[in-house]
Amino acid sequence: MKRILVPVALVAVLAALPKLAIDIPYLFKSSLDSPGTLQLIALMLTFAGLAFTYDLLFGYTGLLSFGHALYFAVGVYVAGIAMTRWHWSFWPSVLFTAALGIILPLVFGAVSLRVGGIAFAMVTLAFAQAGSVLAFKNPYRWTGGEDGFGVDYTKLPAGLVGILNTKNLYWLALAYAVGVFLVGRWAINSSPGRVWQAIRENELRVEVLGLRPFDFKLMAFVLASFLATVGGIVYLVLISGANPDVTVPSFTLALLVMVVIGGAGSRWGALVGGLVYTYLDQRLGDVADSHTVSTLPSVLRTPLQEPLFILGLVFILVVYFAPGGLARLGRIRRRPAALEEAL
Amino acid sequence: MSTIVLLAITGFGLGAMYFLIASGLSLIYGLMGVLNFAHGAFLTVGAYATWYTETKLGGIAVAPRFLLAALVGLAIGTAFAALVEVVLIRPLYGRHIEQVLVTVGLGLCVSALATAIWTSDPKFVSLPRWTSQTTGVLGASIPNDRWLEIITAGVVLTALELFLRRTRYGLIVRAGVENRAMVTALGIDVRRAFTLVFAIGGLAAALAGVLAALYFGTVDPQRGTSLLIFAFIVVVIGGLGSIGGTAVAAVVVALVQQFANYYASSGMGDLSVVLLLAVVLLVRPRGLTAAAA
Amino acid sequence: MALLEVRDLHVRLGGSHVLQGVGFDVAEGGVTALLGRNGVGKTTTLRALLGLVPADGRVTFGGDDITNEPTHRIVQRGVGYVPEDRDVFSRLTVTENLQLARRNGDGRFPYVYELFPELRERGGQPAGTLSGGQQQMLAIARALLNENRILLVDEPTKGLAPMLVAQVAHALERVCDESTVLLVEQNLTVVRHVADHVVVLDTGRVVHSGPARELLDDRERVHALLGVA
Repeated sequence: MKRILVPVALVAVLAALPKLAIDIPYLFKSSLDSPGTLQLIALMLTFAGLAFTYDLLFGYTGLLSFGHALYFAVGVYVAGIAMTRWHWSFWPSVLFTAALGIILPLVFGAVSLRVGGIAFAMVTLAFAQAGSVLAFKNPYRWTGGEDGFGVDYTKLPAGLVGILNTKNLYWLALAYAVGVFLVGRWAINSSPGRVWQAIRENELRVEVLGLRPFDFKLMAFVLASFLATVGGIVYLVLISGANPDVTVPSFTLALLVMVVIGGAGSRWGALVGGLVYTYLDQRLGDVADSHTVSTLPSVLRTPLQEPLFILGLVFILVVYFAPGGLARLGRIRRRPAALEEAL
Repeated sequence: MSTIVLLAITGFGLGAMYFLIASGLSLIYGLMGVLNFAHGAFLTVGAYATWYTETKLGGIAVAPRFLLAALVGLAIGTAFAALVEVVLIRPLYGRHIEQVLVTVGLGLCVSALATAIWTSDPKFVSLPRWTSQTTGVLGASIPNDRWLEIITAGVVLTALELFLRRTRYGLIVRAGVENRAMVTALGIDVRRAFTLVFAIGGLAAALAGVLAALYFGTVDPQRGTSLLIFAFIVVVIGGLGSIGGTAVAAVVVALVQQFANYYASSGMGDLSVVLLLAVVLLVRPRGLTAAAA
Repeated sequence: MALLEVRDLHVRLGGSHVLQGVGFDVAEGGVTALLGRNGVGKTTTLRALLGLVPADGRVTFGGDDITNEPTHRIVQRGVGYVPEDRDVFSRLTVTENLQLARRNGDGRFPYVYELFPELRERGGQPAGTLSGGQQQMLAIARALLNENRILLVDEPTKGLAPMLVAQVAHALERVCDESTVLLVEQNLTVVRHVADHVVVLDTGRVVHSGPARELLDDRERVHALLGVA
């Protein structure tokens, strides 16, 4: 009973946030119920959910994919294009995107999973690169190339448009994170989910038991990618647009960083990692501009202007001193053995 | 016809760069089992060291200035790679996935740092005038920098082969790629070979950085990462641990890219390479010359 | 004091407790055979001694504690190893395989070529193209190239045709006359010819240790411990 109490309470607090006119200095620029802060936390929640979907793949099934961001980008771009370029209305766009979110990973996964380990990682990276190229190339002027595009807000449900409705967007993001978590945990605890974890530990043993690892890996791949695509739709609505930053390799690597910092394969790790990473990524830019930092010698100031530098550094430190991630600080490090063999 | 010649030779020039990066990656992965995501960082370090040195060397003619700067860039790139191995990789001996993660972090750090210090705008490199002039071959006007790239890659390929086949450390590397445990069971400390291989990889990557500066005329913080992806694809297609396979794959990938980009449309080249990768992996999952990885 | 002393060796691999407190001695100049059915942990014992798998316990070599020392350091103390699957480097030539094994000085090539003249003839051939028997000879030759204080030999006659078994056994006899050897071997005829001491393992534990002759003459005992007539 106690195990559910804390998370439920947490979710309740988070849900109540838009009603709380509380100021937390240093951590947030404005009070908790202000659109600016809500937007930030909504972003954190969206990426927390996305990181969790990646953990399903990497932390639980042991599949090191370098192209997970592709499916997130599909969610962002396809839904955006459907509404803004093809002038579809909201729900058909969402359903179409969701359908793609199942079909595409089915096809790409079937190809990629024919190989394992490093080859699999490279294939997923290559497919994601192809997607990135498409986004920048701007075919038929749909994707908007380097600049992306703003979504046609007339197509969005009224409740999700406008700064006054930021709290609705916030609740959407919260629902996504919670939803992904519940679906994910349910999947992990189901019998296919147990096979995933068995595959991560020792794929050979799973084969010996008469099961076909390929089918289960594909299942995990499709589920994780579909949930990522849904996240992409949420993101599109949240920032009212699409941009190719979500297609570049550093973004998928960012997912890896989130999961590892939080703790791969642990209950909360990916969520925590997503929250922390996004927060740092967004706020470090403000810290760099702040008064205190501008007085620092340039040797210290310059690196601080690039959040990725700090994050890369934090990442290295975590790998060295806390390889189990934040979720396992203080406990015995548990590193899935089969990840070694994956490479 | 002249277009084909131009595309082909440009492809070889590009392939030269892919080969330089991929050869280091291939050796490092083959011997150490480490997927080195920081390899692009070696290129960036080499490229920026070259550019920076050039801006500081006044008063000499362009050609010797570039050469000198290139040498400095190579030295710094190599030293950096060796340092990375000793300080970051070696302490994680045996923990492959953590080694990979550390290289990911380092790759992010270095390109972020370069962006922070010098912004993401490309910086122009003064090149010897001869390199931007052209030579006529079969009716095509080939920019002279291509020859430099092709010759350099050829020299490096030969040097690598000589190193692998004629020296004791080369012998250790070749054996280690096949069976690292057995090499230690012969009383050999493979860790020194690791540092050496990282240094060689760093040298080759820095060289690629110099050549890229030649090819594009500029240095920028993202180039290491973008070339790295193609290098990875080359390594996977060519077969891990095989220098010859890497060379062939590098040329094939570059040519496919050049011709597809020209005859189809810009960007199709990159897509074709991905398609090529998928096809190769479906037909021969271990790459063209499957090394015993 | 024995040249090699093993005390309370425990090895855990992939969740199973493969060695559960193995202990024995190998006297200087002696030949000890490590016997047991398939899967009892004989190869794992050798690998643990070499530091190729992590182990708990205490291993002393020539008076020095070598437990969990890095493999190359242990080998440099004068340990020759002939692994179960030969583990020759297939893309290196025969000569390169031997050159790689050279530790100090020029290596005892004349000695090795005298034992296995074929290796000199096939020097330039990639080791992967050799037959199983030839690879086995190469693996043994590799261990003999240096003057080692002890040789760890793992099933040298496994999978060889009878004629080759004889050839390898012959070489083995000569080697055993001259060095201290810890030998894992299923072929009891070979064991009878070379071993003076035997240690029998069963499911990760030592179940018998004593003079070779004594055990091998006792048919019933042999059958009970090793499941062979």
